[in-house]
Amino acid sequence: MIAYFCMVSGEGWSRRNAEAAQERDALANSSSPVIAAFKVFQQELDTRHDKYERLVKISRDITIESKRSIFLLHRVTNIPDPEVVLNEAESKLDGVRQKIGQIAEELRGEDIYQFHRAFTPGIQEYVEAITFLHYIRHRSLISLEEINAKLVFMKTGNGLAEAPPSSAHVLTFQVTPADYLLGVADLTGELMRLCIGSVGNGDIDTPFQLSQFLRQIHDGFSYIGNTGPYEVSKKLHTLRQSLGKVEDACYTLRVRGSEIPKHMLADVFCTRTTHMDTEEGVV
Amino acid sequence: MSVTEMFSYIQGFLSADQDVREDIRKVVQNLEQTAREILTVLQSVHQPSGFKEIPSKCARARELFCTVRTHMAELKTKFPAEQYYRFHEHWRFVLQRLVFLAAFVVYLESEALVTREEVAQILGIEVVREKGFHLDVEDFLAGVLIMASELSRLAVNSVTAGDYGRPLRISNFINELDSGFRLLNLKNDPLRKRYDGLKYDVKKIEEVVYDLSIRGLAKEPESGGDK
Repeated sequence: MIAYFCMVSGEGWSRRNAEAAQERDALANSSSPVIAAFKVFQQELDTRHDKYERLVKISRDITIESKRSIFLLHRVTNIPDPEVVLNEAESKLDGVRQKIGQIAEELRGEDIYQFHRAFTPGIQEYVEAITFLHYIRHRSLISLEEINAKLVFMKTGNGLAEAPPSSAHVLTFQVTPADYLLGVADLTGELMRLCIGSVGNGDIDTPFQLSQFLRQIHDGFSYIGNTGPYEVSKKLHTLRQSLGKVEDACYTLRVRGSEIPKHMLADVFCTRTTHMDTEEGVV
Repeated sequence: MSVTEMFSYIQGFLSADQDVREDIRKVVQNLEQTAREILTVLQSVHQPSGFKEIPSKCARARELFCTVRTHMAELKTKFPAEQYYRFHEHWRFVLQRLVFLAAFVVYLESEALVTREEVAQILGIEVVREKGFHLDVEDFLAGVLIMASELSRLAVNSVTAGDYGRPLRISNFINELDSGFRLLNLKNDPLRKRYDGLKYDVKKIEEVVYDLSIRGLAKEPESGGDK
């Protein structure tokens, strides 16, 4: 008896489902107000998602190009004429700025924070590259205003049908203080690599300059502490490690620099840093 | 500009930002309080006696929405209008609850899906972003989905209270909602997760309708459940 009941109810279910599916199809084709409303929502959501995806794509391109300019800049330590490399990096970053111009174009008339998550990795990488370049040139930290001042774009109105061809409008992109901060935190890792690299080339002065600069940045981050965004506190840990490595390098140079012939300095240094790395792996 | 100056400039920016967030949190707490009050009023429709009192409960809820409007007006003054999405996370949750409550009231009154314009009007906010504090489409949809699960509960309780016609009407309504949501191309986001729960609400209501129809209790002429 029970088994029979189950069978009937099972049949009822499938029939019921088929009816429901038919009903749904009929509804989807009908012009009921609910369906009409959802068609509007569909369009709005699709437009928004498309824009988001386009921004993610631009951001990825920016990340790649910025990373390449950073790699390029690391070569300044072992070539005679750094100016060539610096100019090449500068022109690469010009290309990156063009891409940031595309972001500014996409965001025209939008709330930039609505799509911020789409492009923040790219912008941070750009900040890292431009601060690195600026440091190598001027031995100082580029300010947020200086970065933003470079992100002003003149667009001719040829993309828009209603604008007369001669008119140009100005687009700006503002790097947020949080993105700037995170970019600077990434910069410290590059400075550490630059320090180790320059020691390898027998450059004795740069490590001391770098350790001073890194200490200033470290103090700055300690001053901000946990009032900043959540990611900052994560990066602070890596920053401490980088600073430790640079300070250790300076220590070694001071203690043993006078004893060792210059051409052997690199070897001493390499063994010492690798030793440090393995230590970290254990901890 | 020295490194120290730069960092103290950024620090100033960050603490100003935190002050704004603090202000917003205070207003949002008030909003949450009011939302809970409205929910308590509306919850009583699940009581067997509550079905007769639906109009009066809705009227009471609508009174409470006046308080919501004053809180919303206060919230608007706490931050620059063009930075809506910067602080969106703070009121996202409560706004979705309020959309649900408004949609539920409108459904109980007229058995129709509330429009986005109506919700915006009930809450005293805008629909279009350019005009100021607005109702994001995703928040609106999330609120509607909360209502769907509330309605599946209502279907069960209305049977207990002896109202056999209501589940059939709810079933039709939810099915229409479901086909509406099928039109959307959702990304893998919170809204999508919540939408994935809709099928269980649909299933639950269909079970109720099935139970009624095999017992011959669903006798509404216009419904399709008693074939």
